[in-house]
Amino acid sequence: MAKIPIDIPQIVEQFGPHLNRVPFGGWVASEEEDKMVKTHCCFCGQQCGIQLRVRNNKVVGWEPWEDFPFNFGKLCPKGVKRYMQDEHPDRLEFPLQRIEGKGFERVSWDVALDRVASEIRRIQTAYGNDAFAILTGASLTNEKAYLMGKFARVAVRSANIDYNGRLCMVSAGAASKKVFGIDRSANPWSDIPKAKVILVAGANVAECAPITTDYLWQAREKGSKLIILDPRLTPIARNADLYIPVRSGGDIGVFNGMLHVMIERGWIDRDFIAQHTTGFEQVAETVKKYTPEYAAQIAGVPAEMIVRAAELWGPAPTSFLLHSRGIEHHSKGVENCVAAINLVIASGRIGREGCGYAMITGQGNGQGGREQGQKCDQLPGNRDISNSEHRKYIAGVWGVPEESIPGKGLSAIPLVEAIHDGKIKGLLSICFNPTVSLPDANYVRAALEKLEFYVAIDFFLSETARYADIVLAGSLMEEDEGTTTNVEGRVIRHRKVVNPPGEAREDWKIICDIAKRLGPADKFQYASPHDIFEELRIASKGSVSDYYGMTWERIEENNGLFWPCPEPAHPGTPRLYEGGKFGHPDGKAHFIPVEWRPSAEMPDHEYPIILTTGRVVSHFLSGTQTRRIGGLVDQYSQPLCEMHPRLAETLGVHDGDFVKVESRRGNVVVRAQIVKTIRPDTVFVPYHWPLDRSANNMTVRAIDPVSNIPEFKICAVRVTRVEQPHDAIAQLEVQAGGVR
Amino acid sequence: MSERNFYIDYSRCIGCQSCVQACAECDTHRGVSMIHLETIQRSESVQTAPQVCMHCDEPICAQVCPADAIKKTPDGIVQSSLKPRCIGCSNCVLSCPFGVPKYQVEIDQMMKCDMCYDRSSVGKKPMCATVCPSGALAFATAEEIQRTRRGIAINSWKFGNEEVKTKVFVIVPREVERVNVELVRISATPAALPEDPYDVALMLETAK
Repeated sequence: MAKIPIDIPQIVEQFGPHLNRVPFGGWVASEEEDKMVKTHCCFCGQQCGIQLRVRNNKVVGWEPWEDFPFNFGKLCPKGVKRYMQDEHPDRLEFPLQRIEGKGFERVSWDVALDRVASEIRRIQTAYGNDAFAILTGASLTNEKAYLMGKFARVAVRSANIDYNGRLCMVSAGAASKKVFGIDRSANPWSDIPKAKVILVAGANVAECAPITTDYLWQAREKGSKLIILDPRLTPIARNADLYIPVRSGGDIGVFNGMLHVMIERGWIDRDFIAQHTTGFEQVAETVKKYTPEYAAQIAGVPAEMIVRAAELWGPAPTSFLLHSRGIEHHSKGVENCVAAINLVIASGRIGREGCGYAMITGQGNGQGGREQGQKCDQLPGNRDISNSEHRKYIAGVWGVPEESIPGKGLSAIPLVEAIHDGKIKGLLSICFNPTVSLPDANYVRAALEKLEFYVAIDFFLSETARYADIVLAGSLMEEDEGTTTNVEGRVIRHRKVVNPPGEAREDWKIICDIAKRLGPADKFQYASPHDIFEELRIASKGSVSDYYGMTWERIEENNGLFWPCPEPAHPGTPRLYEGGKFGHPDGKAHFIPVEWRPSAEMPDHEYPIILTTGRVVSHFLSGTQTRRIGGLVDQYSQPLCEMHPRLAETLGVHDGDFVKVESRRGNVVVRAQIVKTIRPDTVFVPYHWPLDRSANNMTVRAIDPVSNIPEFKICAVRVTRVEQPHDAIAQLEVQAGGVR
Repeated sequence: MSERNFYIDYSRCIGCQSCVQACAECDTHRGVSMIHLETIQRSESVQTAPQVCMHCDEPICAQVCPADAIKKTPDGIVQSSLKPRCIGCSNCVLSCPFGVPKYQVEIDQMMKCDMCYDRSSVGKKPMCATVCPSGALAFATAEEIQRTRRGIAINSWKFGNEEVKTKVFVIVPREVERVNVELVRISATPAALPEDPYDVALMLETAK
């Protein structure tokens, strides 16, 4: 059925988002007998260490964990207030069933799970195995990510499983794989302060990876130079040595232009290139035409800035490249990353202390979540589902015939398109809120309504779960245990802090219970996530991302272990590519020439302004958690449309006015924020909000041909001043999609 | 280990408000944040500045308090007003050169940063300086600061003719010895003002 059963305001009244402002039991002093549990933040890929304070199986507060060797007690506001998601009034505590016209009613686990299993089999019998799809997430632990991949291939036997890392890390991952042969940040964060020049491309570090700020500032204190590429002057750009306000989608102009100047002036490492790389000559040929003037036209910045960037980066003794979604969320996201990485290998500055490169992973398990086999083309250990050797090995681990493992399925956007086209009829989702997070949100909502059956596993009723026929009450990170792999490639331990409330269950138990109803019960006999990790170790053995030498005990003793860690005595691998040894069979890094090409939708006379989207520091992704926490909503309560005063003047818009931001696909009405810190041809709207406040109403459903990442960072819009809306959605609380 | 002190480096601040959120979490603050994070002028720049109580050697807030409600502990921490004494007159609010004390209407009392006294008095760092992701707020020894910062730490201020020494240090460029705060002439002619340093449109017109 998959339609919202009652009016949205009625659902919001019952399920929120409501705000939690006070810890369980009120603001009472900590007590000696409180239990402190060392674990990690549930939000971004920095995975900061934190101690949660527990009293009577309730999370009541937290303490910094100053010894954890990544964040040293530091936390962003989300980490500080994260515990307010526990004991929350909106928490789902039992399974729900959709009732048309009435909403959702409580059902028993047996009724809910039996219905899920029978609907999966009904749909598959009628339309084929692949007509039932699974969408998962990169905030799941490694254990759960592994389980979801196995569940799809062994229990549901559908090819169509993909995950929301498709919106996050896939461009960076594909570029790294192509150039280096390995998809992981090359260096531990401790290398960043040792670099003499740091290039940060498309990363709003201060808001999206705040803990990394101190690593940048440490380098600056030692006199290192900082170059920032961003259409917006972000808080870290304020103190940069060189800030390049690149036009969204013009990054290749900067990178190729820099390389052009470096070659011209002899600032490349010819020995390193000869010994450790292939393909340089084609790249050199390609960048010949990227003179600073030509490159500047593409980048939309003065040519002097590109020359200056080359002058800082080129001759430096040590250097570090950091990139993130700003260059990755493009229909040429992989090419953007490759062009940036070419600057690293041309300089030969990688695989040494203070020399290297990293992608700033977005989601909590953005790294591990893309290794364990929950991607549409992947088996555990970052193995290729189309490779017969890889299939045989995993079939052996799972104890199934190789031919029973489905082939490559659809990635997230084509998967939703297949739902819209009526080819996929059933869906199970976990850790994914696509009506907020996918581009072209009106299309996504229309697609969901076409499903015959939709089951959502969640801890709150997300905006997407409102469409579900069955909602299964799952677990928060702190209600289960396992491991994640942080931004550096460091595998860390999440400890169980409290039990799920009411009848809510750990996610892995729910999945195993469905699997057992579907048939292969013996393949899902785990007593705990630890059992799953033990199987994951073997499944990853011999692969690029080898966890075989790790145990939960070793991970805890060492405050994390970096993969690859192939043997039980292996110390792990904090820094990749030492000695110029890369991950390809030939041991070399592969230069790939990249030509700039336009974005899928460029501004024109009808829609003359560039819209770029992103995050704010107090919210995380689709906001399912952070829009329920009072302190975080107070900090940034509703999306604003940032625009330059020059643009505002031509539009007749004043600070605080309501504006309609409109693309060919949809619109939002939000207040304008007039700031000089953004390009005058660009507006910015953060994407954490649902419904009529969703920036993704406007974004374009165009994807990178290799990574299939959507183009969140550029589409064409027009902006007009409007009156304050007073419809039913506008009148909701701001965290629910209202506007004030 | 030598004594740890509180340091503010405004140039590092990224405006994330971790300090504001964490301050409220300190056991004795019970959900009320005492630190101020000033957004300087968002339309012009992204610059922000955190402000804790500077814990003056001779706290003027205490001197002007008619009820003698503000006490400094022997270790130099100027405390919030004492509830039984505070009459809510706001003399302290008006007199503090750093704008720190705030009169809380709901409880009819002045509350201010006490450097998380329940934490710092037992060897723990204050909440804000523990969580600050940028290192704009730090609770460290003088040696640690010397080793890790380019600037120097000073705690000497001059407001007009009034000299003030504080327990809290600020990190400034090496040539600075004292922070001099002069009255700003509001009616300065536009020509005398510096060019907009954070206007992206101007950057695109004239590269530096």
